[in-house]
Amino acid sequence: MKLDEVKIGGMGASRRRVEDNRFIRGKGNYVDDIVLPGMLHMEILRSPLAHARIKSIDTSAAWDMPGVRLVLTGEMMAARNLAWMPTLSYDTAAVLATDKVRFQGQEVCAVIADDPYIAKDACGKIVVEYEVLPPIVNPVQAAAPDAVQIRDDKAGQVGNKVFDWEIGDKARTDKAFADADVVSKIELHYPRTHPSPMETCGSLADYDRATGKLTVYMTSQAPHIVRAAVAMVAELPEQNIRIVTPDIGGGFGNKVPIYPGYVIAILASILTEKPVKWIEDKTGNLTSTGFGRDVYLKGEMAMRKDGKILGVRMNTISDHGAFFADAQPSKFKIGLMHSAFAAYDIPTAHMFATGYYTNKAPGGVAYRCSFRVTEAMFFQERMVQAAADDLGMDQAEFRRINFVKDEQHPHRTAFGFLTDSGQYEKCLDIGLEAIGYKNFAAEKAEAAKRGRLLGIGISTMTEPLGAGNSREYDILGIKMFDSAELRIHMSGKALLRTGSRGQGTGHETTWAQIVAHELGIPADDILVEEGDTDTAPFGMGTYASRSTPVAGAAIAMVARKVRAKARKLAAHLLEVSEEDIEWELGRFYVRGNQERGVTIQECAMAAYSNMPDGMEPGLENVAYYDPPNLTWPFACYIAKVEIDPETGVWDVLQFVAVDDCGVRINPMIVEGQIMGGLTEAYAMANMQYQTYDEEGNIIGGNYMDFLLPTAWETPGFELYEVVTPCPHHPIGAKGVGECATVGGPAAFVNAVMDALKDKGVRNIDMPLMPNRVYEALTTGKDVYGMPPVRSGN
Amino acid sequence: MYPSRFKYESPKTIAEAIKLLDAGKGEAKILAGGQSLVPMLKLRFAFPEQLVDINNIPGLDYIRFDADGSLHIGALVRHEHLEKSVEITNRQPTIAAAAPLVADPIVRTRGTFVGSVCHADPQGDWAATMIALHGYLVVQGPKGKRNIDMKDFVLGPYANALNYNEIAIEAVIPAPKGVARGGYLKLERRVGDFATASVAVSLDMSSDTVLGAGFALAGVGGKTIDANEAASALIGQKLTDATIAKAAALVAAKAEPRTDHRGSAEYKRHIIETFVKRILIANSEQKVA
Repeated sequence: MKLDEVKIGGMGASRRRVEDNRFIRGKGNYVDDIVLPGMLHMEILRSPLAHARIKSIDTSAAWDMPGVRLVLTGEMMAARNLAWMPTLSYDTAAVLATDKVRFQGQEVCAVIADDPYIAKDACGKIVVEYEVLPPIVNPVQAAAPDAVQIRDDKAGQVGNKVFDWEIGDKARTDKAFADADVVSKIELHYPRTHPSPMETCGSLADYDRATGKLTVYMTSQAPHIVRAAVAMVAELPEQNIRIVTPDIGGGFGNKVPIYPGYVIAILASILTEKPVKWIEDKTGNLTSTGFGRDVYLKGEMAMRKDGKILGVRMNTISDHGAFFADAQPSKFKIGLMHSAFAAYDIPTAHMFATGYYTNKAPGGVAYRCSFRVTEAMFFQERMVQAAADDLGMDQAEFRRINFVKDEQHPHRTAFGFLTDSGQYEKCLDIGLEAIGYKNFAAEKAEAAKRGRLLGIGISTMTEPLGAGNSREYDILGIKMFDSAELRIHMSGKALLRTGSRGQGTGHETTWAQIVAHELGIPADDILVEEGDTDTAPFGMGTYASRSTPVAGAAIAMVARKVRAKARKLAAHLLEVSEEDIEWELGRFYVRGNQERGVTIQECAMAAYSNMPDGMEPGLENVAYYDPPNLTWPFACYIAKVEIDPETGVWDVLQFVAVDDCGVRINPMIVEGQIMGGLTEAYAMANMQYQTYDEEGNIIGGNYMDFLLPTAWETPGFELYEVVTPCPHHPIGAKGVGECATVGGPAAFVNAVMDALKDKGVRNIDMPLMPNRVYEALTTGKDVYGMPPVRSGN
Repeated sequence: MYPSRFKYESPKTIAEAIKLLDAGKGEAKILAGGQSLVPMLKLRFAFPEQLVDINNIPGLDYIRFDADGSLHIGALVRHEHLEKSVEITNRQPTIAAAAPLVADPIVRTRGTFVGSVCHADPQGDWAATMIALHGYLVVQGPKGKRNIDMKDFVLGPYANALNYNEIAIEAVIPAPKGVARGGYLKLERRVGDFATASVAVSLDMSSDTVLGAGFALAGVGGKTIDANEAASALIGQKLTDATIAKAAALVAAKAEPRTDHRGSAEYKRHIIETFVKRILIANSEQKVA
């Protein structure tokens, strides 16, 4: 009898998440749950100032406190060549400050004590004398000719510029603009935000002097990269370093970089010869770890009067904080910003990017995004709306005539990417139908009678998910591939390990489904293990929606390798030649005699008990997968909003999401990802940001000012599905984890701007808080940027 | 959470609690709902030597309308008790409107009405509500009980008129002469956010004539703002477009907002005026029983 793939938990089964069994019982095992004998606790003293020279540090009162074991300063780190560490973008970052502090919240000292209360108390006893320097809180200040230099530690550094970078065809683009009937422009700021995972960063370092082995339990989305970095920085032999990531309470890109706390805890464990635990508090996480966005974008679009786009120019100015610590493929200075406009058939484009240091927290991590594609797609969809408005064209029709058509794939974009597949118009049509686009004018007129303004906002985009291929994508030279290792036990049950690392994303559930699909072993019979560098094969980790495109592909490939060996075992058991063996889900049979067959489980037993002469025993394999291309999911998000013009408050009346992420492994988990991503998109559009006042004090360093939306204000989302299988992925899947965060914000903002279209307002920068909407409404002027403001009332 | 060290006591009677506060000489702090105090301990903004937990003192969780119509709220009444009380819904519309807007549903299960009034956060909902309702607090110390009028209670941000050895044991809302009406509106960026601006309005109505009124503001000044003077525009009048506009303008004039990341001063003042109008219009459209 043929196996029912959904019943065994294969592809397409909305299988319940196996990890939830422990999570909902409170039995998860996070880094702070791990307790080792004799463990000490570390607390970090942070800078209260944004920019200041350190004149002196007096730690004597802290040393004098009972229970204090070690107090570390930058000077002590420097003596061990550990005061600075490399970033993932070929820069350096301070571990503990030696010369200057360069942002509020920077690590200055660390106290290691018998319990965390003592450590915290002792931090309060450290006296640091500072000489205040002028703070720089935005790129305009950073670029000023008389600006104080933030990175005076770097030889050869001139001013505060991090990089200039350009891509595209300038001459051809200039020509397109010269030939254009209409040129449309837009300028905006994508504000700084923070991934803010529920669990903060933390580590437990355990150095055993007797064995020379260093074990670090930590919250990392990329444990293998950490092992490589620790080997480099701490000069420990790689085989003696074991990085273990237990359950992770959310990452969203925040847990890709290596933070000072990890390095200090490792040194502290080496010095004290005790395990040292460091758990960051929420303010520490929000003020010092990798933020997202903070980019000023402007650009223009050249068009024929019939609406055909002829060319695009983009200019970005990014604020990187005190250290250039973006976590991204190293050769791209501003991530994959040049993926902008990939969904549209545009002959030519040019982009110029500049980055600056400021006295703000370092980072620029890919917050639920594939390296700056969030800013790219936001800019793209705001630009497209502005262009449609300038042409006087319907915003949906303008998109339709410029979309890359289904049959044009694979399509080379103006910036040089190669998209793989898609059905853009179909997605748009489903979205327009669901939102009631045809009746919108009548609905808007009806609302106007109630004194309310209605708007509809569309965001359609395709984005590159799943770096590499290894030709183009590497981090510090390490190629961006991934891996899977599959071992079938004699009973036909299996152990699967990958180089990726789930962080609440359901890997333990979905990875087993891929194996079930390839081998017919029920998903419940497959244990998935990740995150221990001593046991898992090397992988580049989980971020940028790369797990399914890369590790997911490696899983399918390793299962196929295992199946190839099982086929030989089947031939042996069935006493026919391998060429006469056919496969159906979970079973080999003799061609022409389907009754005569053996199950995959029977093959597994034979691998341990009855293999043919000369065959290597066992049934296991490993696959390293280097993807031929990124995967290109498409999304169409449409929001309908209503504005109260007396207060500027806007409500989402309806939100439609049409996602095409190729073949869905677990539809329930995909829908959860989309819901979560849209919630974060709504947060950024509506309420969330981090800014700094003119003294460099962070606003948004705690949950009072950094707002996470709750179930109360988050709108409902209607989800629709289109499936265009990825042509180059072994199971046709594309990335999806980040589509909604990337494409969602523009739908909300475009909807509000659509409602204000006839008020003469063209742009309000995110977040669209009621006061900013009201300001635009009453002045008829655009509202730009987040100025440095005074905090508090 | 790693606060600085403190002693913890959990007395069973008010007298015992007062004794502990008295011995603390200003370094002891009452723990009721803890929804403001505990975060302050966590952030080490507050570091009292001793916490006096009053949660085990029986008989402080009452909501009672006396025969004279006055409302009495005990020191351990949680926000959600007020939110879910049928009597409050039927008889005290300002509190009924404010209760579901206090913080978020989780905080409301623990935080207390009287504790919030005492905390005197300039953005707190209940201190404003009490001022608009012309309420007073019954406080008890080593020398016995005394009443403190709300207009004299809030001295500044996080500062009230209690002596260190006194406990606010009850909040009292005097009875209306006619029928109690009113409302509460708050603009917040998200549920649980502190107010960008909020307005408490109380009305004492006889048929459609205003016998008394009260206004107070939160979020738009260095402390809770008493705007009760604006009642002069309404007392003895009906709620008409003209009287409503006049009262709203007077209330808005009392606001002392500052421009910050929640909005400009002008915007906050505009919100106050808009909200006063909305509450008064809603009340003018409602038939008085």
